[in-house]
Amino acid sequence: MEGNSAVMTKETAAAGKKLLNGRRQESLLAYVLVAPAMLTIGLFALYPILNTIWLSLHELKLNMPYLGKPFVGFTHYAALSGDVRFWASLWNTLYFTFFSVLLELVLGFAIAILINRSFVGRGIVRAAVLVPWAIPTVVSAMMWKFMFNDQLGVINDLLVKIGILDHYIAWLGSRETALWSIIVTDVWKTTPFMALLILAGLQVIPADIYEAAKVDGATRLQQMIRITVPLVKPAVLVALLFRTLDAFRVFDIVFVMTGGGPANSTETLSMYAQTTLMRYLDFGKGSALSVITFVCVLLISFFYIKVLKVDIEKR
Amino acid sequence: MLLQRTKITFFYAAVWAFVVIVMFPFFWQINTSLKPPDQLYKMPPDWLPSPVYFGSYISTFTKHPFTIYLENSLIVATATTLYSIVMGALCAYAVARLQFRGKKLILMLVLSVSMFPAISILSPLYILLRDFNLLNTFEGLILPYTTHGLPLTIWILASFFKDIPAELEESARIDGTSRLGAFWRVIIPLAAPGMFTTAILVFIGAWNEFLFAFSFMSKDIMRTVPVGIAMFPGEHDIPWGDISAASVIVTLPLIVMVLLFQRRIISGLTSGAVKG
Repeated sequence: MEGNSAVMTKETAAAGKKLLNGRRQESLLAYVLVAPAMLTIGLFALYPILNTIWLSLHELKLNMPYLGKPFVGFTHYAALSGDVRFWASLWNTLYFTFFSVLLELVLGFAIAILINRSFVGRGIVRAAVLVPWAIPTVVSAMMWKFMFNDQLGVINDLLVKIGILDHYIAWLGSRETALWSIIVTDVWKTTPFMALLILAGLQVIPADIYEAAKVDGATRLQQMIRITVPLVKPAVLVALLFRTLDAFRVFDIVFVMTGGGPANSTETLSMYAQTTLMRYLDFGKGSALSVITFVCVLLISFFYIKVLKVDIEKR
Repeated sequence: MLLQRTKITFFYAAVWAFVVIVMFPFFWQINTSLKPPDQLYKMPPDWLPSPVYFGSYISTFTKHPFTIYLENSLIVATATTLYSIVMGALCAYAVARLQFRGKKLILMLVLSVSMFPAISILSPLYILLRDFNLLNTFEGLILPYTTHGLPLTIWILASFFKDIPAELEESARIDGTSRLGAFWRVIIPLAAPGMFTTAILVFIGAWNEFLFAFSFMSKDIMRTVPVGIAMFPGEHDIPWGDISAASVIVTLPLIVMVLLFQRRIISGLTSGAVKG
């Protein structure tokens, strides 16, 4: 008995050792496979984000290299807190993000419900949905800029022809309409995409739930509130999170359509930061603006994940 | 019966109204690109070109280095796609199949990187690329773009790899294939559709990127298509004909791609990447 158990332990030990070796080999292989991707991400994403924070605490003007790179602490942040242009750009960014994402959600939901059934020409509709998404944002912005043109634009022509307007409007040239013109462009570009994501969420809901509800005498509206909304909510929230982050860093559309004007009335945070960095070559202040944008994105993600309980891993 | 028919008519009307609104800007773009110069600046605008004029398509290539922009975009987007797929597939395999410490950390890290606003890493990247003499080079765009492509690739491919039954791989290994051999001969062919889907998404993302391309490529001959088109307007005039023609040229291949791979793109977008 004793001898037997000794052999057993010896065998188990050997097997255990082999298993352990196997595990070690496995994790070694894993690290080798993961390394190239992690190095790239580390060098071109993680190191830069830390470095942006570090740069934002310095004075660094690329067009005046003789000034060096003195440490100035939170000077840039303090200066920005009294900077009207900064607060305006933050407000514009929030305004743009809120309204474009809200409109995208409402319209996207309506469209998804509309096309969540089989009908003739469904393929065409789906393709139409993807096209604005696939086109470079700059190109879409150019198209809309021409359509919004005060003299040559088709939007003015159309609105006057149907009698909504009695005179042409300089959509991109006045403070009241410029930001909304940009919102319209963004909504056009991304609503179809949002609809597609919501549609995907809708199609996962099994049809027999609705059958059962119908048998129990639930009305259409009740089915909508009790079944559709709760079941599609996780998919919608994930889509919303990513759309919000995307809208918050808007740059291309603004750059092309208004360049931030008129009188900075459409300038967003990304736009202000990019101008400060690449036009004024003020890397200290520009980095501070970049850090603020990053912190806002963190707060938005935190809000979605903690408050709205988005499960980003299960998307 | 009548009510039912009215409902159906209303439904189709709504659907087609949606399609028309979505497609209208493209119609207008093609329309503008085919108008002769004097008609282009007419107000109110005509709704159809007369006569049809192809001059804008010619001047897009003769007045601007548009062929070079197309070439640059093609090189940058293709290289980014290849890099992302190769590195991303290896990483995704490890995440999907192997046991190791720090896996969850890596996944969370990758996910959070996909949420970074590009502007927040612009300044150090500019300095980094400048110090390595990579401004105005293809590498200077490909490497940062890969960082955007990788999270997408890793998340989508990891979920694809997980769906492939482990038994297939094990039986290959019992037959004497090494772990990487099994990955190459069993997993890769089975995951080919997923890889293809990911490649389309990464390619479109790199092809359309603007902020980095605009900031890192100051030389005209190094510009990519989106930056090139954005720079068409001169100091005094905006050549709307050329811009429209260039937009049509860029848009058509993408529309064809979307039509051909519609299903794949949708499945890719909904299976792992909500990010546009």
